[in-house]
Amino acid sequence: MIIAGIISVLPSKNNELIKRIAFAGSVIVALASMFLAIGFDKSNTSLQFVQSNAWIPTFNINYAVGLDGISLVLILLSTILVPIVLLATWHESDGGRWSSKAFYILILVLETMMIGVFAATDLFLFYVFFEAMLIPIYFLIGGYGSDNKSAAAVKFLLYSLFGGLLMLASIIGIYVISGNQIGATFDLTQLATLEIDNRTENLLFLGFFIAFAIKAPLWPFHTWLPDAAKAATPGTSVLLLGVLDKVGTYGMIRFCIQLFPDASKTFTPIIITLAVVSIIYGAFMAIGQKDIKGLIAFTSISHFGFITMGIFAMTSQGMSGANLYMVNHGFSTAALFLIAGWMIKRRSSSTISDFGGLQRVTPVMAWTFFIAGMSSLALPGLSSFVSEFLVLVGTFTRYPIAAVIGTIGIVLAALYILIPVQKMLHGPIAAGNEKLADLSLREKLAISPVILIIILMGFYPKPVLDLINPTSEKVVVNAGYTDPVAKVVK
Amino acid sequence: MLTSANLVWLIALPLFSSAILLLAGKRSNSWGHVLATTVSASAFTVGVIEFFAMQGRPEESRAVTQKLFTWISVGTFKVDASLLLDQLSICFVLLITGVGTLIHIYSIAYMSHDLDRRRFFAYLNLFIAAMLLLVLGDSYLNLYVGWEGVGLASYLLIGFWNQKPAYATAAKKAFVANRVGDVGLSLAIMIAFATFGDVSFAGIKEHAEHASSTQLTAIGLMLLLAACGKSAQFPLQSWLGDAMAGPTPVSALIHAATMVTAGVYLITRSNFIFDQAPIAQLMVLVIGGVTLLFGAIIGTAKDDIKKALAASTMSQIGYMILATGLGPIGYAFAIMHLLTHGFFKASMFLGAGSVMHGMKDEVNMRKFGGIGKFMPITALTFGLGYLAIIGVPPFAGFYSKDKIIETAFNAGGVKGIALGVATLVGAMITAFYMTRVVILTFFGNERWGHTDEPHESPALMLIPIALLSVGSVVSGFVLSKGQGLVHWLEPIVNPLKEHHAEEFLPPIVVSAMTLSVVVIGVSIAIMKYRGDQLAVAPVNVSSLTKAARRDLFQDDFNETVFMRPGQSLVSNLLNLDYLVIDGTVRAVGSISLTAGSKLRSLQNGYVRSYALLTVIGALALLTVIWVVTA
Repeated sequence: MIIAGIISVLPSKNNELIKRIAFAGSVIVALASMFLAIGFDKSNTSLQFVQSNAWIPTFNINYAVGLDGISLVLILLSTILVPIVLLATWHESDGGRWSSKAFYILILVLETMMIGVFAATDLFLFYVFFEAMLIPIYFLIGGYGSDNKSAAAVKFLLYSLFGGLLMLASIIGIYVISGNQIGATFDLTQLATLEIDNRTENLLFLGFFIAFAIKAPLWPFHTWLPDAAKAATPGTSVLLLGVLDKVGTYGMIRFCIQLFPDASKTFTPIIITLAVVSIIYGAFMAIGQKDIKGLIAFTSISHFGFITMGIFAMTSQGMSGANLYMVNHGFSTAALFLIAGWMIKRRSSSTISDFGGLQRVTPVMAWTFFIAGMSSLALPGLSSFVSEFLVLVGTFTRYPIAAVIGTIGIVLAALYILIPVQKMLHGPIAAGNEKLADLSLREKLAISPVILIIILMGFYPKPVLDLINPTSEKVVVNAGYTDPVAKVVK
Repeated sequence: MLTSANLVWLIALPLFSSAILLLAGKRSNSWGHVLATTVSASAFTVGVIEFFAMQGRPEESRAVTQKLFTWISVGTFKVDASLLLDQLSICFVLLITGVGTLIHIYSIAYMSHDLDRRRFFAYLNLFIAAMLLLVLGDSYLNLYVGWEGVGLASYLLIGFWNQKPAYATAAKKAFVANRVGDVGLSLAIMIAFATFGDVSFAGIKEHAEHASSTQLTAIGLMLLLAACGKSAQFPLQSWLGDAMAGPTPVSALIHAATMVTAGVYLITRSNFIFDQAPIAQLMVLVIGGVTLLFGAIIGTAKDDIKKALAASTMSQIGYMILATGLGPIGYAFAIMHLLTHGFFKASMFLGAGSVMHGMKDEVNMRKFGGIGKFMPITALTFGLGYLAIIGVPPFAGFYSKDKIIETAFNAGGVKGIALGVATLVGAMITAFYMTRVVILTFFGNERWGHTDEPHESPALMLIPIALLSVGSVVSGFVLSKGQGLVHWLEPIVNPLKEHHAEEFLPPIVVSAMTLSVVVIGVSIAIMKYRGDQLAVAPVNVSSLTKAARRDLFQDDFNETVFMRPGQSLVSNLLNLDYLVIDGTVRAVGSISLTAGSKLRSLQNGYVRSYALLTVIGALALLTVIWVVTA
């Protein structure tokens, strides 16, 4: 936030300087968050680094923040992705409607909001970040995107506002109830102790859930995503799909389940069904896409289905798997979008059939895309496999049929990745592809940490799982569930 | 159990070498193949050392393990990255690294003209690493990493010349068919975890007897599905023929000797599941029996020498799968046939590669003929492989295949007779199509239609073939001497503890029957293909031949049942998404726009959508407050 302030006072002519300051600032933030992770006590499941200052005392609204394992890893994801995105898309802002300066301010403001939304422990503060996040992203899509950007930006905004308002209604509702029972508060921990009658709880739950299902996005609330992803710049898409959408699934864990455990239980069958539909539907839609950005967007819908299924399976494997999935999906989608963005920029087209034979023209670009694709289809040895398998095994122990249908998704994943791989990377070199340039040094520097993370997290996910596990288990236990025990007891 | 610090090097060496070659790119052009081959040979050396160390230990302490690190641990789901080398996996380690190293050497010459040879070697090393992980993993999840890893290597190698669209498609087809099998493996692991709370071989083996037969049957059937994908068994067999798009050394190593036999390994490794799941075991027999005939029939009609050999591989793996369904003693015979097959089939594939090398990459046997006198060494080694596969004593196939046929007859009752007859008929067809391959390629009139005479391949190619053909001659005798392999594997699959059923037929009778059907098969082929042949395939052929040429309609079936309905489903979904789901959204949007413009006139130009939403929001808010406070 401070860096954004510094940039805003700089003259907008000095683009290069602005970019460098923004990048350096985001690196500092990333390093700071890593120090935070090192200082985090893994065995302690209560909130850490807690800060609370009165903000609007009249309504007992506090600027209250704190971290547990789940929010910490998501903040890490956000802060690591921002410098990568800035470096990867150095020239993205140049042709925009507004100046580069504005672009960088927007990105950094967005980063602040993202950190805030994951750290907030005051419901109202969360809501403010949740809604305020829309503003920078709206301008990022509308100001710097490709054709159709305005319509996509408005569609995105309307969808989100609609969900946001439903959530606001629920927030006010629960605030009123807390006023009747324990004294009006927005404090999450206190709100979780409320006794709410079933009908009300169900309604309040739905207010939150629909908002998050739009954000996540879950079928059938998904149609804004492909449009937004197609219109946005690749960097914006990375932040949109990689981080912002995680607020939806994060919200399901943090608010839907923790505040309304009974309603969560009531709606679980419906939600699991929607999640399974998302997995399969997203995959089929991805197979049918002609536009590479649209394809990646639909694969994400399929992946969000997995995440949601893992969350509501209410087993420690499902919950931890879903949390890990959020992180892994962030990195693999970031890789896919950034590399696809470079391809599109070079070829001036995002249509899959305009590419061909890239493996022989631009081997490095082709290989990085291939590895990111393999991660997306959850090849064992790469990061997504661990999370996807945890989700499936965690779901299987409670909802075997859902898990079986979800597993069919892995065949479809092979198709939706290998079809574009074959069309774009293999085959004879397509017309217009002969002279495409391979990755520059800057681009290689930007993408290599992502690829490295994808590989390392596939072989050694333990550091992240150690952060996630205690909190995930706590969520499951607090919601009143215990893991199903093996049928053959040792 | 003993631990050994060496095991990880088996995998790590080829893995690092592969990474180095891929990262170095063109810079490794001059030394890439040397590094890769050296690494493969080093892995083989480690394997040999481990083998002799194992042999020197008493039977109960032969297995060694190495725990590397905790891989995944969530709740009760704990999986270590941990390796296990026991009597079963050492067989595979030696096969993979031994045959693998020979094929590396062969490829140095075979691929010498290819600009991307270093990349080829990087993929080969990647394959070796993944295949070793597959057989060394001590749990199903570790195995799974290797399982998909070899699938990836196979994909990359089939599509090595992916600038040709058909080859790229073949690679994709192999990956997707394998993924269908992988669904089976995933589900088997999930069921195993739900049942036993464990996914390691040792953990499941210990408790297998306490599980219900439904659970074991479910696990068994899912494992069988996995095996069908990887080992090209019916109904997931269709990718193997197309996989011949890969360079010939790949066909020899991956699609004949090692990777495609992973299904046999999986079932043998899971013997504690199958032995207690009779229905799953019966399905194993059925799949094995169907595939061995299916492959053999296809093999009779193929004119592409590599595709004929691929059909033969499918059929021979059918024998192995069938053997694994025959209970404890069957596993040992399956592994024996797997090893002998590894030698003779790899030798014949490399021989086919040698022929292609001398024939300008021609694969159509109708355009071969009389090559024997130009390429005597290739012809001789191919001939030894031929005698081994059709099962002429004392060549390798005689020992291993006869045992399977004998055990099939001894399965008892109608089942025994059906299986016995199937394996016998398979042996006859094998003799027929292999004789056909040999005659069309090495004998008869010269049909290649150009004046350049075929030339014998360089020594770097011939030496590996020669070494493999030594294996096709002696391996059967060596492995079966004093029931050596059976005793060796006893601690894993308990073959000798089996209550010995009454022999249906004495071994000598089975051997006599097998030899007679082989003679019949060979004779028919000689009668049919002696004398001069045309350089084009006859058109006016029986409908069975036509069907076999079309791979018994396997692709037509998949296209009609899966691909076209799948495509129309996708296009329907695309329409549905645009018209119905997004349509609803757009309808709401346009209503709000209309309403908004009216509201705007009322409210002097507020942003219309905001305005409407504020109203909706306020209404929703009021409703909720009313509900909550009511």
